[in-house]
Amino acid sequence: MNYMEKGLVELHELLKSSKVTSKELIKESIERSHEVQEKCNAFDLIIDEAKEEEITDNILSGIPYGVKANYSTKGILSTGSSNTLKDYVPFFDATAITNLKKANAVMVNKTAMDEFGMGGTGTTARTGITTNPWDYKRMCAGSSSGSACAVASGVYPYALGSDSGDSIRKPAAYCGIVGYKPTYGMISRYGLFAYASSIDHCGVLTRSVEDAAIVVDNMKGIDKNDMTSWDSSNINLYKSLTLNVKGKKLCYVKEICDLSNYPNASKELKEHLENFYKVIDNLKSIGLEIEEVSVDKTLLDAEPSVYVIIACAEATSNMSNLTGINFGPRGVGDNWIDMIKDYRTKGFSPLIKRRFIIGSYVLQKENQERYLKNAMRVRRLLVDTWKNLFKDYDAVILPVGTGPAKHLDSSKDILSKNTAVLDEHLQIGNFGGFPSITIPDGFVSGLPVGLNITGNCYDDANVLNIAYAIESTMPYKNQIAKESITNG
Amino acid sequence: MGKYKAVIGLEMHFELKSNSKVFSSAKNSYSKIPNENVSAVDMAFPGILPVANIYNIKQALMASIILNCKQPEYMYFDRKNYYYPDLPKGYQITQMDSPVGVDGYIDFECEGRIVRALIHDIHLEEDAASLEHLSDTSLIDYNRAGVALLELVTEPCLSSATEAVSFLEHMRSIYRYCDISEADTKKGQFRCDVNVSIMDEDATEFGTRVEIKNVNSFGGVRDSILYEIKRQSKLKDEGKYDEVVQETRRWNEDSMTTIRMRSKEDAIDYKYFVEPNIPKYKITKEWIEEIKKEIPVLALERKKNYIEKYALSEYDATVLVKEKEISDYFEECLKLEIDAKTAANWVTVNIVGELNREEIELSAFFITPSMLKQIIDPLVKGTISSKQAKEIFIKALEEKKEPKIFITSDVAQISDVNDLTKIIVEILDNNVTQIEQYKNGKDNLFDYFVGQVMKNTKGKANPVITKEILQKELDRK
Repeated sequence: MNYMEKGLVELHELLKSSKVTSKELIKESIERSHEVQEKCNAFDLIIDEAKEEEITDNILSGIPYGVKANYSTKGILSTGSSNTLKDYVPFFDATAITNLKKANAVMVNKTAMDEFGMGGTGTTARTGITTNPWDYKRMCAGSSSGSACAVASGVYPYALGSDSGDSIRKPAAYCGIVGYKPTYGMISRYGLFAYASSIDHCGVLTRSVEDAAIVVDNMKGIDKNDMTSWDSSNINLYKSLTLNVKGKKLCYVKEICDLSNYPNASKELKEHLENFYKVIDNLKSIGLEIEEVSVDKTLLDAEPSVYVIIACAEATSNMSNLTGINFGPRGVGDNWIDMIKDYRTKGFSPLIKRRFIIGSYVLQKENQERYLKNAMRVRRLLVDTWKNLFKDYDAVILPVGTGPAKHLDSSKDILSKNTAVLDEHLQIGNFGGFPSITIPDGFVSGLPVGLNITGNCYDDANVLNIAYAIESTMPYKNQIAKESITNG
Repeated sequence: MGKYKAVIGLEMHFELKSNSKVFSSAKNSYSKIPNENVSAVDMAFPGILPVANIYNIKQALMASIILNCKQPEYMYFDRKNYYYPDLPKGYQITQMDSPVGVDGYIDFECEGRIVRALIHDIHLEEDAASLEHLSDTSLIDYNRAGVALLELVTEPCLSSATEAVSFLEHMRSIYRYCDISEADTKKGQFRCDVNVSIMDEDATEFGTRVEIKNVNSFGGVRDSILYEIKRQSKLKDEGKYDEVVQETRRWNEDSMTTIRMRSKEDAIDYKYFVEPNIPKYKITKEWIEEIKKEIPVLALERKKNYIEKYALSEYDATVLVKEKEISDYFEECLKLEIDAKTAANWVTVNIVGELNREEIELSAFFITPSMLKQIIDPLVKGTISSKQAKEIFIKALEEKKEPKIFITSDVAQISDVNDLTKIIVEILDNNVTQIEQYKNGKDNLFDYFVGQVMKNTKGKANPVITKEILQKELDRK
């Protein structure tokens, strides 16, 4: 049986009625992990000794799941996919992990990622490149590459991710699954390795909106260890999934979606956008109103730079704790400066070092006004623009990326200027801390593509219900990547 | 050496007294055992987040209010980024943009004068770990890492080492009165950077400012200022004032000199930016008012009161207000209607003396103000002598018993005039010969009569009253 390809509710019923045991699920999940590891290199660690948990009334009880390598897991290697932490075994759990432990969920592996979440390709993990399960020549995108790959491959129903730009929502699109990042602070960040604190979010990758709601219901909650967390005890996402979206209003942004913005559009990009319009046209049938809105193109064009400046500045500071003094392999040198230098030179990939240089540059006293402060101002303008949209609309609906997963040989972490807005607009969700969910919306070149729904802060239940209703109009719920033609 | 004016500014750090650290839940307690009070946050393990200690924020606001500073509308923090082995996160959480107080002032006493210090700002931040350097290795103790520090920056407004030290003493007194800091230099709870420049007496522009880092005692502050004034004056005298450059120097306690660390050009860029993990926190007017109400009457005001209202001497008043506990004890005595001068005398002499001898705190002292009253009341009435009072005081302390149980009829003095007159008349009647000799000029026989009275009363006769009656009765003979 391929139990691990099923959704959470069905698995829970099977466990409850003793048609399958937690032990059997874990065995299947670990076997699948090893298969996927061989094909796609999706994991930083497979926990072969994972133990079954008692089945309770909690839907997650006894069911295996994966954890991105940047979550602190007590007694379990937690590397952030970086050589700087290649032997690091934490002595405390991230709050999200503690909450899932309380639900009797069973962690079976740590998934590979772009080192410390920096990167959108899934190619910079210390363990190497994670390939797309639909097409091994393509990337998963990142940084939650391993989590997206594993969930799409049917290793388990869900895996945890983190999202500072689009790190959950883009890999989800490239792998044909669901990726959900709730409102900033809904899930505590305590124990999530910091990349850029003001835009870091915990979240989840699943194969259905329903599963995303169930998992986040169990991860969320106010936490005394995270001052930015808030009390969401009155929100039950799973129970909010009613399919009733009559009278709900969505909008899409012309400057992002319209093909006329991209004169040299590739065939894949064209198909992707055409598919998007086809999908939203169809949504009137379930009672959704959808309108086109216009946003200042200059403002949108500034967005990718704003992200780079803010993310790199915060990352440079956040990762200054990586000195090899308290943890990580101690560097070699005659004095502490040389020791730290040696450790960081050897430990970090070139991509990260480049971002540290950028971060350090924009933080310099003489550059702060021109770069960091201006970036913060533009961030505010973008967030205000989106908040204004939320006055009239329940959510913004937009296509994710420029088409299906990109070829690995084109991955250079360099943005194509033309399509930058299309590739990077999900970052606005991080700037505002907005709840944002990606779901699959079709196929281009035989590969999955996705769309994204983003709503106002604290409106997670509404956003998820809209996504749930849209998902119901399409046949991509619970799809598994194994039937890929290209891999055949 | 020429006559120059010195201009001094201080940047002083005091560690705050609180149960937990400023951004972590680890215990804030001085410990000789290294790494005893440490949490994951203090050692900057991946994934940790700061949680601001609201009690520390309240203490900082209280200091800000006392220093007549402006408080910000919102409380938030900044990161100061730099690498050093004692700084586990690679940045210090501090306040750059919006300190807890700016533009304040405070009056303090220096050599009998009231001097006003101008406050540039006061801000809350976290302390670093402490390092111990051995011959071939260095050890890191994280007990101190994350303990709240209150940094107070004055304007260049002080004019001498004495003024600087008086100001420090004044601030220490305030912090102790308000339970903000123990301010114990022996526990490393005080550190100071000193800015010194000199200028001609009649000059209007400041001279070149030199910053001295790493001064960790009040004596060090005094000595380093004196040294630096001397060093700069000598260069100015010799016409080499251009050798005084804007730089940072280190105070070396062993050689009692300042040593060059770095010039202004090498100043570190700390790349400040807002700490994203601590949301902006609104400081309401109501909260400020609430904190104001909790500020106790401070030493300088109490001292003024004691001198003006209770006519105490400058010396007694100074001793009484040195520590809030002593002053509170004294005021408790006043509430019990013990005479101010008597109470002051007992507190400053007997109690402070006893505390010093036993090396204990007042909180551990057995005799409470109401017990002290049990001794002072009969003393004032004359039922016991001052010698007896002191003996009872010591006995009560030794046996840890209420003083009143030692004041039995057995020890009590005979002060009743009628009783004493009766005894004295009887003695005189039995000593006719001696009275005659006394009358004939043998004056020292007066003491003989006193001796007889004491013998008769087993020493319990009040000597003063005895002498009065005796004189009267002898005169009548």
